[in-house]
Amino acid sequence: MSELVPAAGAASGKGGPRRQDAFGAAGSGDTSGFGGLVRNPPALTSSSRPFADADADAVYDALERAFPQLTDALERVVVDRGELTLHVRRDHLPAVAQTLRDDPQLRFELLSSVSGADYPEDPTGRRLHAVYHLTSMTWRRRVRLEVSVADDDPAVPSVMDVWPTADWHEREAYDLFGIVFSGRDGLERIMMPDDWVGHPQRKDYPLGGVPVDYKGAQVPAPDSRRSYS
Amino acid sequence: MTHTFDTSAAFTAAAGPTTSAGPPVDAPGQNNAPEYDDAPGYGDAYEAGFTESAGERVYTVTGGDWEQVIGGEDYSERLTVNMGPQHPSTHGVLRLVLEIEGETVTRTQVVIGYLHTGIEKSCEFRTWTQAVTFLTRADYLAPLFNETAYCLAVEKLLGITDEVPERATVIRVLVMELQRIASHLVWLATGAMEIGATTGMIFGFREREKILDLLEAITGLRMNHAYVRPGGLAQDLPDDVIRDIQAFLVDMPKRIKEYHALLSGQPIWKGRMVDVNYIDAASCIALGVTGPVLRAAGLEWDLRKTIPYCGYETYEFEVPTSLDGDSYARYLVRLAEMGESLKIVEQCLDRLKPGPVMVADKKIAWPAQLSIGSDGMGNSLDHIRTIMGTSMEALIHHFKLVTEGFRVPAGQVYTAVESPRGELGYHVVSDGGTRPYRVHVREPSFVNLQAVPAMTEGGQVADVIVGVASVDPVLGGVDR
Repeated sequence: MSELVPAAGAASGKGGPRRQDAFGAAGSGDTSGFGGLVRNPPALTSSSRPFADADADAVYDALERAFPQLTDALERVVVDRGELTLHVRRDHLPAVAQTLRDDPQLRFELLSSVSGADYPEDPTGRRLHAVYHLTSMTWRRRVRLEVSVADDDPAVPSVMDVWPTADWHEREAYDLFGIVFSGRDGLERIMMPDDWVGHPQRKDYPLGGVPVDYKGAQVPAPDSRRSYS
Repeated sequence: MTHTFDTSAAFTAAAGPTTSAGPPVDAPGQNNAPEYDDAPGYGDAYEAGFTESAGERVYTVTGGDWEQVIGGEDYSERLTVNMGPQHPSTHGVLRLVLEIEGETVTRTQVVIGYLHTGIEKSCEFRTWTQAVTFLTRADYLAPLFNETAYCLAVEKLLGITDEVPERATVIRVLVMELQRIASHLVWLATGAMEIGATTGMIFGFREREKILDLLEAITGLRMNHAYVRPGGLAQDLPDDVIRDIQAFLVDMPKRIKEYHALLSGQPIWKGRMVDVNYIDAASCIALGVTGPVLRAAGLEWDLRKTIPYCGYETYEFEVPTSLDGDSYARYLVRLAEMGESLKIVEQCLDRLKPGPVMVADKKIAWPAQLSIGSDGMGNSLDHIRTIMGTSMEALIHHFKLVTEGFRVPAGQVYTAVESPRGELGYHVVSDGGTRPYRVHVREPSFVNLQAVPAMTEGGQVADVIVGVASVDPVLGGVDR
């Protein structure tokens, strides 16, 4: 595991809690085998170079050449499952994006997707992440940029000038997560009605639902059913 | 939000006699552009005019000359029209706000969200396997693509990509390519209907029905199959379906010829589509457009060839392209893609070797295979007999896996497949638990719709309908 994913107990520091299975067995008492699983606590990890992944190394080398202030611009670099994630400081996002698009060794012409993600227990306190999935049609590679911002200062510079397709993607991330993309026009809700209050895909926004009667028993709403993780 | 300007008699009558406060309308030596700054009483266009009378300012709230307020532009022909959200030619609940002057569209605004059902959020409250059941309902014309793309992502997170049995992968390719043909047929049918070629509609839906019959035989359902699962498939192919697919492979090429004979050279069809809704490859990439629209603009970009998955690099097929970039080119590209999909289906049948369709790892594989019982499809009776009658451990294992699900190591991945509409990507994040932490769908319909203003502005109102149809948006996918 080499990616930041705050889960239960993420902020509790060293060692972290060991996850238990549904019956409370923490050792090997559970015949299904699930109770014996040990999960390491999530942490902000960074991959070191070389990355043991040819594409990731090539992209990073080319970006380092084309963008000299790279160490200032990046918080962390993660290579996991053959995918390169650059955690970019938000002020540097437009410049990094422009370089990634235009440099002949990089040429990430296509912004495939922008997705928001909410990590309320992010150790840095910046729970809202904007995740950009870039595709190089020339080199047939992908790279991911991730920018994290705090709930009370949710501004991320827009990349619409670099990739016009970002328009609707950013509107969606704004609508559902409340990430405010600055320096662009028309940042309006796109999925929800204009007068909607709140940002529905945040983790603290309830799913809703009603209990359903089925054969004499009551099945609780999805968000109030027993959860195992 | 919409406003129409009207310089009808009422306005001119009101503005007419009050020229004393306003600037001279047709003074010699003055051009038509309004010059508010040096005109008496006009700080800006919306400020009331006034006169100085006996040391007091007297306002005249009748305004100025309307012609000058609107800057000399002629708005008399401009109308703002809502097309949709309920309109037979918008493929569901798409709303277009058109500003038109006469028959010419000057501005197109695309409004979506009417079918937003929170699929991505719902996935976070179900197990990794159950999430398939939601995602299959996103793009309802290509559910198997959604399922496969998501399952490829989960398998990558689990690190079992190489352990998925060969037979399962071949069947995934088989059903996806059948569905690509079905999806293109719906596009052909609805697109033809929208421009009045109702025979095309009958033809398209007629052949699609045959594919739905095949998919029903394979998966149990005509649509929203929930057939692909993390690690493999819900069930193996039934015995007699191979024969039906072979019969379909013999029949379908003749049908494609029929479409060409009916439509390709037809003057009205060509008149509606040739050189209409043009967009070039560079604009497509800037706007993120992929799929047949991009290929019809000349770029041979098909993820099956360029960033292959599911072993597509081992199949022989062409990627049809065109340099024209208009609606007609998209039509020809889609028709050609149907033929290429038939080739792939044929190769899949040759490659089908007996074997499992689910990973061997019993901590991931759904414990029961489905089978047909006396009351329809359900868990196989053999499996139930085994867990209920012979093995307490097997029963517990089944119970735990079905209620709790399996854990997926933490991390995030992005996988993409070439859906009938373009790059269908899944950004899936796991926190190490039994439920997806975040599932984001990169929907090709959603992205491609952004190109509709570029295709339609400056054209005719009737071409808007052709343009939207040529993008082939599926609103279930757009709004999710």
